[in-house]
Amino acid sequence: MSFINLKNVVKVYPDGTQAIFNSSLSIEKGELVVFVGPSGCGKSTLLRMIAGLEDVTDGEIDLDGNRINEIDPSERDIAMVFQNYALYPHMSVYNNIAYGLRSRGIKKLEIEAQVTNVSELLQIGDLLSKKPGQLSGGQRQRVAMGRAIARDPKVFLFDEPLSNLDAKLRVQVRLEIKKLQRKMGTTSIFVTHDQTEAMTLGDRLVVMNKGVMEQVGTPMEIYYHPKTKFVAEFIGTPSMNFITGSIKDKTFKASSFAIPAKYEDKDDVILGVRPEDISITKATTGVKCKVELIEKLGSSTVIYCVDMKENQLCVSTQSRASVEVGDTIHISTNNKALHFFDRETSKALTK
Amino acid sequence: MINRLTQMFAHFILLLGVLLMVIPIWLAFTSSTHDNVTLITEGMQWYPGPLFIENYDEVLNEKGGFSEEITATGMLINSFIMGLGIATLKVIISMMAAYSLVYFRFRLATPIFWFIFITLLVPLEVRIFPSYKIVSDIGLTNSYTGLVLPLVASATAVFFFRQFYKSVPDELLESAKLDGANSWRFFIDFLVPLSKTMIAAMFIFMFVFGYSQYLWPLLMTTDEKYWTVVMGMKLIYVELYEGVSLPRVGQRFAYIILSIIPPVLIVVLLQRWFIKGLIQTEK
Ligand SMILES: Nc1ncnc2c1ncn2[C@@H]1O[C@H](COP(=O)(O)OP(=O)(O)OP(=O)(O)O)[C@@H](O)[C@H]1O
Ligand SMILES: [Mg+2]
Repeated sequence: MSFINLKNVVKVYPDGTQAIFNSSLSIEKGELVVFVGPSGCGKSTLLRMIAGLEDVTDGEIDLDGNRINEIDPSERDIAMVFQNYALYPHMSVYNNIAYGLRSRGIKKLEIEAQVTNVSELLQIGDLLSKKPGQLSGGQRQRVAMGRAIARDPKVFLFDEPLSNLDAKLRVQVRLEIKKLQRKMGTTSIFVTHDQTEAMTLGDRLVVMNKGVMEQVGTPMEIYYHPKTKFVAEFIGTPSMNFITGSIKDKTFKASSFAIPAKYEDKDDVILGVRPEDISITKATTGVKCKVELIEKLGSSTVIYCVDMKENQLCVSTQSRASVEVGDTIHISTNNKALHFFDRETSKALTK
Repeated sequence: MINRLTQMFAHFILLLGVLLMVIPIWLAFTSSTHDNVTLITEGMQWYPGPLFIENYDEVLNEKGGFSEEITATGMLINSFIMGLGIATLKVIISMMAAYSLVYFRFRLATPIFWFIFITLLVPLEVRIFPSYKIVSDIGLTNSYTGLVLPLVASATAVFFFRQFYKSVPDELLESAKLDGANSWRFFIDFLVPLSKTMIAAMFIFMFVFGYSQYLWPLLMTTDEKYWTVVMGMKLIYVELYEGVSLPRVGQRFAYIILSIIPPVLIVVLLQRWFIKGLIQTEK
C-alpha cells in the first residue's frame, strides 16, 4: 500500500467548473512528486484537495492507510508552502514557525529547541525577532519553509513556492529544497508550471493537462517516452518539433521528406523530434532548410528554420555553428529519437 | 518660492481649523473659573479666573435632582459605564457576527447580512417604545444592563468588520488551518490582532455614541441613581427658570468641561494604538 493514494478523484467547483477528471495516483513514502502542467490545468486544485482545503467531489484520498476525505485540514498533519508564502503578518518569524507547534500542544522548551533547529538549518537565525513585512522575498520563502519543516509533518505540499524569486535564487532554492527533502525523507508534492523545475526536482512527475493526468513517470521516462503529444510538447525546451504526415510501408512521409518508421500503416500521423536530436549535416542528403532566426545561448545555439514546404523546424546544437540568418542548411536526425503520435487522439503510436 | 507660499497657505488653513475647534473649549474652560456676576455682566472670559477649585468642587459634589440623590461625579460614572459597556459589547458582538458571516459560508449569509444592514434604518429612536416595553417587561429599567443592552447590536460595526475580514487573504486562513488552528483560535490568534486598528476606531466611535445617548436613559431611568451626564446637562439648565438668585453660569461651564473628559480620555488612550496600527501597515 502506498503512502498517499488518490483513487478516481474528481473535482467539480460549486460554479460547475470541472477542474479534475477521474484521476488516480499512488505516491510512495519519502518520494518527491512534481505536478507539472500549464496554468489552469488543475495542479493547485489537486494539491489543495490533498491538503483538505477543497472538498473532494468524488473518489477517495488515502494517507498512510486512512481515508482522509472527511478529515479536517488541521488534523491531517500536512504542511503546505504557499506561492505567496502566507506568513502571519502580525507575528514575528519565531512565532510564525512556532505557531503550528504551539497549537499542537507541544511544550515550550521543545518548541524553542525545534525553532532553533530549523532556523539553523535554513540560516534564518538572525531573523527570528523580525516581522514578515521586514523581510526580503527570499527570506520570506525560507521562513515559509521553516514553518512547514518545524512541525515535521507526514507530507509537505509546495504550491509554486519559487515563482516569486528571481531566476538565480530560484535555482539555488530549488537545490536546497531537494537536499532538504532528501535529508528529512518527508513525502512531498511540488507544484510548478516550470518544466525545468519539475525535471530537476522530481523523483517522479505528473504531467497534467486540463484536469487530466496525461502521464506519470520519472523525468527520464517522460522525456524519452512521452505518451501523448501534449507531454512531448510541454516537457523540454525548446519545444519538440512536430511535422504531420502519414506512415506507409514502414516509412513516414511528410511533405518534404521521408524517414523510416517501424509502425503499422496509418494516415494522419504526427512526427515529433526534439531540437537537440536534429543535427546539421555537411552532406546535402538531409532536409534542406532556410535559416530564419538564431538564438545564441552560449552553451548551445538554437536555430529556427523552415524547410522547402514551409514546415517550421527548430534545431538546437551544442557546437558553435557558423550559421547566419538566410543561409541554407541541411539537417538530419537520429532515427532512434523519433516520436510518432496519432493525430486524432494525440496518443503515441505503439508498435 | 511658490512651494513655500502654498505651504504657508496650507498651514494657515490648518491653523484656522484648529482654532475653530479649540476656541469654544478654551472659552468654556476659562469661563468656568469665574464667578457668576462677572460672567453675567461682562460675558464670557478669555483668561482663567480665580474660582477653578470652588466651581468644580461645587459641580462635582452638589447633589441634584428632585430627590437629591445624584452628583455630577455619579452621573459621570454612570455615563462612563454606559459608554464603556456599549462600546465593548458592540465591538465584541459585531466582530463575532462579521466573523460568522464571512468565514462560515452558510447559504443565508448574504441575506442575513443585508437583514442586519437594514436595521441601520431603524435606529433606537424609531423603535424606542417597543424597546422600552420589552426592557420594562423583563424588569431591566433602572439598571446598567437596561441602559446598555438595547444599544449593543450595531449594523455599522458589523459592516466595517465584514469588509475588513473580506480583505484578509484566504491563504492566511488556510495556512492557519494546516497549522492546526480551529475556527476559535483563528479568530483569537489572527483576526483579533490583525484588526487591532479597526477595533480601536470602532471602540472610540461606539463609546462616544453610547456616552452621548439622551433619549434612552431619560426614558429608562426613573431612579436618579442611574442618571447620566447628558441628562444632567438638561438639569443644570432647568434651574435657570426656577429663579434661584443668579443663574449659575460658571458652574454650568465647569459641568460642560467635565462632561468632555471621559470621551477625550478614551480617544487619547486608544489613539496611540490606533496610530501605531496605521503607521505599520502590515498586510
Ligand atoms: N474556486 C474556484 N471556483 C471555480 N473554479 C475554480 C476555482 N478555483 C479554480 N478553478 C478553476 O479550476 C481550474 C484549475 O485551477 P487551478 O487553480 O487548479 O489551476 P493551476 O493548475 O493551479 O493553475 P496555475 O498554474 O495558474 O496556478 C481552472 O480552470 C480554474 O478556473
Ligand atoms: Mg495554481
